[in-house]
Amino acid sequence: MVDVPVSCRSREYPLFKEKDVKILVTAKRVEDPESKIKVKPDGSDIVREGLKYKINPFDEIGVEEGLRLVAKHGGEVVVVSIGGKEVQEQLRHALAMGAQRAVWVNHTGALDQMGVAGLLQKVVEKEKPDLVVLGKQSIDDDQNQVGQYLAEYLGWGQATFASKVESLESEQEKSKTPALQVGADGKTVQVVREVDNGLATLECQLPAVVTTDLRLNLPRYASLPGIMKAKSKPIEELTPEKLGVDVTPKVQVVKLASPPERKAGIKVPDVATLVDKLRNEAKVV
Amino acid sequence: MPRADITDLFRIDDLLSDEEKAARDTVARFVDNEVLPIIGQHFRDGTFPRHLVPRLAEMGVLGANLQGYGCAGMNTVSYGLILQELERGDSGLRSFASVQGSLCMFPIHSYGSEEQKERFLPGMARGELIGCFGLTEADFGSNPAGLRTRARRDGDDWVLNGSKAWITNGTLADVAVIWAKTDEGGPESIRGFLVEKGMPGFSAREIPGKFSLRASATSELSFQDVRVPDRNVLPGVKGLRGPLSCLNNARLTIAFAVTGAAIACFEGAREYALSRGQFDKPIAGYQLTQEKLADMLQEIVKAQLLSLRLARLKDEGKVTPVMVSLAKRNNVKAALEIARVARGIYGANGITDAYPPIRHLLNLESVYTYEGTHEVHTLVLGKAITGFDAFS
Repeated sequence: MVDVPVSCRSREYPLFKEKDVKILVTAKRVEDPESKIKVKPDGSDIVREGLKYKINPFDEIGVEEGLRLVAKHGGEVVVVSIGGKEVQEQLRHALAMGAQRAVWVNHTGALDQMGVAGLLQKVVEKEKPDLVVLGKQSIDDDQNQVGQYLAEYLGWGQATFASKVESLESEQEKSKTPALQVGADGKTVQVVREVDNGLATLECQLPAVVTTDLRLNLPRYASLPGIMKAKSKPIEELTPEKLGVDVTPKVQVVKLASPPERKAGIKVPDVATLVDKLRNEAKVV
Repeated sequence: MPRADITDLFRIDDLLSDEEKAARDTVARFVDNEVLPIIGQHFRDGTFPRHLVPRLAEMGVLGANLQGYGCAGMNTVSYGLILQELERGDSGLRSFASVQGSLCMFPIHSYGSEEQKERFLPGMARGELIGCFGLTEADFGSNPAGLRTRARRDGDDWVLNGSKAWITNGTLADVAVIWAKTDEGGPESIRGFLVEKGMPGFSAREIPGKFSLRASATSELSFQDVRVPDRNVLPGVKGLRGPLSCLNNARLTIAFAVTGAAIACFEGAREYALSRGQFDKPIAGYQLTQEKLADMLQEIVKAQLLSLRLARLKDEGKVTPVMVSLAKRNNVKAALEIARVARGIYGANGITDAYPPIRHLLNLESVYTYEGTHEVHTLVLGKAITGFDAFS
């Protein structure tokens, strides 16, 4: 494990108030990974009929981290999602987990990562959170760009792929303490992040954008009383027009295609044949 | 977790509210992550997974359909779906929740004094207090009116004598709702007593040798001159109506729940049939296997629709005991058949606890005869259809 403290850029912005934090988290609606995804014959889209949807699992980790920070420091978690009316289901999920209120950006057309980051930027400027926590990527198109764009647009520091040092079976995880460490003066956040050769620790000036990796926490189960309470929590409706964001996509999806089907493997009778095949057919040894 | 597309062939999901789906999905996820990995070992060892009780409580599962006192206040459909998911894990765990919620918290909630509700319900919702329900006796199962446990008035107290049999949660319970006849005798003298753990003369012991509900406590309770203060008597109900209303309430959601075991068996058997090859193709490719799977799915769809309608009628205040009898009779029988056929699809593998069907099959044998035997529900229906009471 490497432990490299790196300082992020700082910008002027109202900071973590004493013992009271405001955290903005995201809840993108994505296809349930257990659904079978098929591409339409004309390659224009996937077949959406009969698909199940859920909150992006990385976003859910962000919601959990936000809730833990608020449990420790006090304050509120605000959840935002962009999409048609159906994304309210994901907002309600985050509210059922414990987020205090929700912002719904009502938009049904095409949207690229810059459009998403542009909308989030305006929501951030409106809400003025101390910290934005969002998934490192969404499991539908796996682009891994929005957090980085958002930090750039805001001119904030960013810490991507936030992880935790301890395992998800550790006592620390069981006690549901946040992995993100806010400095004693409330002006910085310490983030352990996954890098190729281990873990690196960043210290970011607040406010900052943090994106979550898989091993940051185990999200709680939405409780049944939580589900009941979520019904009466407020969801504020905004639109790209109201936020003054032009979301005309700069990136266009030209065509979708399924990956080629994997061929079945073969069994080889002995080691000699294996080595021969690796050397002469696969040409890897 | 939403159902596999084929299991929800009739898009029953579309008939559920967001809140109902959310309730089901959160419990489904809990069952997948926390119950399925450990339940087989508990069944094998004959131990109740007690460590799950605080987790269930944290999620608000215990008494989730009751209003106030720390309960979630969900509708019957949500509660049925929650129990269906627990049942998909294990009928023993679901039985724990049914007894805690429908048979112990429900009578305190419906017939208890304000003081009793405050004293017991929040702790039971938090899983800190475990409850059980004692109506059945060794010699009085289908005929509870004959029960022999007696409560004798003595000053400000009552003195209980007798015994109860086949009591789920009995050895775990901090509080037992015990139905006993008071001095005057006769079915109308039946009252509910809240007997607490540690009261002198009250004891519970596990019934040995079970092949069913092995991950659940099933006990005998004994009362020898147990002194119960008057403040522990349920003031709100007298006569057999008290315990029967509890059972009717529990039965309804049990009828809903059993399809969870059927779904587990169907989905498991389908997966197994697709991966198990014989004579160079998966056994799912053979007509006889397909017929089995088709029958299973058909019965599951029917049971789900029946359950949903039943729970909606309950939420609209239109349910009758005859409806509950029909649903319990149909759904438990269907689930039992499905488990048995699924077990067969697994071949020799199906007789081991490496796969869930044999566990569900053995569990469902209990459900077939508890909460009103299959036969008694048949007679309830028979009486409703013909007007002849075959009990007498």
